[in-house]
Amino acid sequence: MEPAAIAVDHLTKRFGAVTAVDDLSFEVRPGAVTGFLGPNGSGKTTTLRMLLGLVRPTAGRALVGDRPYVAIPRPARTVGAALEASSFHPGRTGLGHLRTLAPQVGVDDARCHEVLELVGLVEAKGRRVQGYSMGMRQRLGLASALLGDPPVVILDEPANGLDPQGIVWLRELLRLFASEGRTILVSSHVLAEVQTTVDDVVIITGGRLVHASPLSGLEDLAERLVVVRTPTPEEVERIAAQHGWTVTHDGGSLVVRGATAQQVGAEAFRVGVELHQLVDRSVELEDVFLRLTASAEDLATRAAGTPRGRVA
Amino acid sequence: MRAALLTEYRKLVSTRMWWVLLLVMVAYLLFIAVVMAFSLATGGGAGGPGAGSAAVPQGVDAATTVYALANPIGYVFPLLVGSLAFTTEFRHRTITSSLLVEPRRGVLVVAKLVSSVVIGLVFGIVGTASVVLGGAPVLAAAGDGAFLASGDVWSLLAWSVVVLTLWTVVGVAFGGLVPNQVAAIVVIVAFTQFVEPIARVVGSAVDALSGVAQFLPGAAADAVLGTSFFGGLGGGATDLLPRWAGLAVLVAYALVFAVAARSTTLRKDIG
Repeated sequence: MEPAAIAVDHLTKRFGAVTAVDDLSFEVRPGAVTGFLGPNGSGKTTTLRMLLGLVRPTAGRALVGDRPYVAIPRPARTVGAALEASSFHPGRTGLGHLRTLAPQVGVDDARCHEVLELVGLVEAKGRRVQGYSMGMRQRLGLASALLGDPPVVILDEPANGLDPQGIVWLRELLRLFASEGRTILVSSHVLAEVQTTVDDVVIITGGRLVHASPLSGLEDLAERLVVVRTPTPEEVERIAAQHGWTVTHDGGSLVVRGATAQQVGAEAFRVGVELHQLVDRSVELEDVFLRLTASAEDLATRAAGTPRGRVA
Repeated sequence: MRAALLTEYRKLVSTRMWWVLLLVMVAYLLFIAVVMAFSLATGGGAGGPGAGSAAVPQGVDAATTVYALANPIGYVFPLLVGSLAFTTEFRHRTITSSLLVEPRRGVLVVAKLVSSVVIGLVFGIVGTASVVLGGAPVLAAAGDGAFLASGDVWSLLAWSVVVLTLWTVVGVAFGGLVPNQVAAIVVIVAFTQFVEPIARVVGSAVDALSGVAQFLPGAAADAVLGTSFFGGLGGGATDLLPRWAGLAVLVAYALVFAVAARSTTLRKDIG
């Protein structure tokens, strides 16, 4: 199993007048889980479909390893993908679905049973898919993707419809795959859903890249908040004013912006201010994500909202 | 290609639709064969004296007329089962996973065409057997005999299997051209049950059009069998193509539809 990276290179897709993906470039490294994030309609699925050879790019290209998907011989041995949880024939059984794919993936029935066990569908494998829940369809989609034991795994909104235990299970499975050196790309429109799973994030909105970095890079963009409890709030406010931190009151606590808990604690200790509580409020990455995606969206809305008559 | 064929074959047989259509075809053909055999066997007497009785086939001709019914009466079934190969993929969006395991779209089309021969043979053999099962006892009991030892009869039965198999392949290609399942079913049923029968009756009645009517798919199929249900009914001499030409026309329909499917439906983005 050779790790292969994904490279999206100036990819553009227009549907008539609508530009779904706009000059998008990013890379996905092996041995990590990469979250591909953006609001609904931001171009995630179109990008994945171009990457998988289902949609022809208007411009640019997308490579898995050193070649486009359609040029990979027996591609399901290299890339396992699950795009939508509803694309099964309702009259086919779970096992039947995998058996239709197996010859072209190049695996036998034993492997079909193996992946059904891996995703926890052993008991349901003989039932028709029409009786499957959304979560079971997600698991069957995942089983299809894993049939060829591929070094690259691409999943579109895999957590949709999974119950909380299912999400934990999926997270552990993806972490395991990453530790085996596989390349994992997982799309989602909710950062919180994948926040504990991903190493890297690629964030797009309106078909354009707005941010790509390790998850910690996103944390750097988050506003720092420190919650302080003290019998002498005016003393803390004085310290904050000296350092240019802002302070707001939140019930019986003070919320200090612009500093870390370490900084506040050290300064309080130095000047002898008594503190009863001092914590970094957990970084709300979702806020950062919403800010990143909303700002570009607002721009787009403003641009689209310009009355045509006036422009002409 | 072997893997693609096995995949396509499994897609067809892993759902219920194919044997539901098969059962309906069997019931329909058994019924029609019994009715036709009975009316031919007793036709000479019931028609009374005069010109009417002269057109009713006798002896081995009565047998071949009944045994050839699987094609003109039943061809809608292999067409429908063939069309499902593509239309179910688009209806249930399984085309996505199909193209993920086989991104070469031309290979997908060829695999669907070739693999449908297996299911086509099943429909051909079962359909042809149905008209024999329905017709032979009636012909033997009430008519001039079943003629099941006749070489002509067996040759006809073999060609009937071939033609029904070809219909399945034509159906696959047509489904690729019209991937909307409802539209494909409506067009197939309307064409086979109304449009073509009317066109052929008109074609056989109007000399100027008979050359064109020969190339209708149903007429080409009749040419392969060497008998024409509509020609017999119309009483006139419908000009049929030679057998080889009939085969060529049916294959040409499949090829033209398949090439058109590849360059329309399968050129598009799958989203």
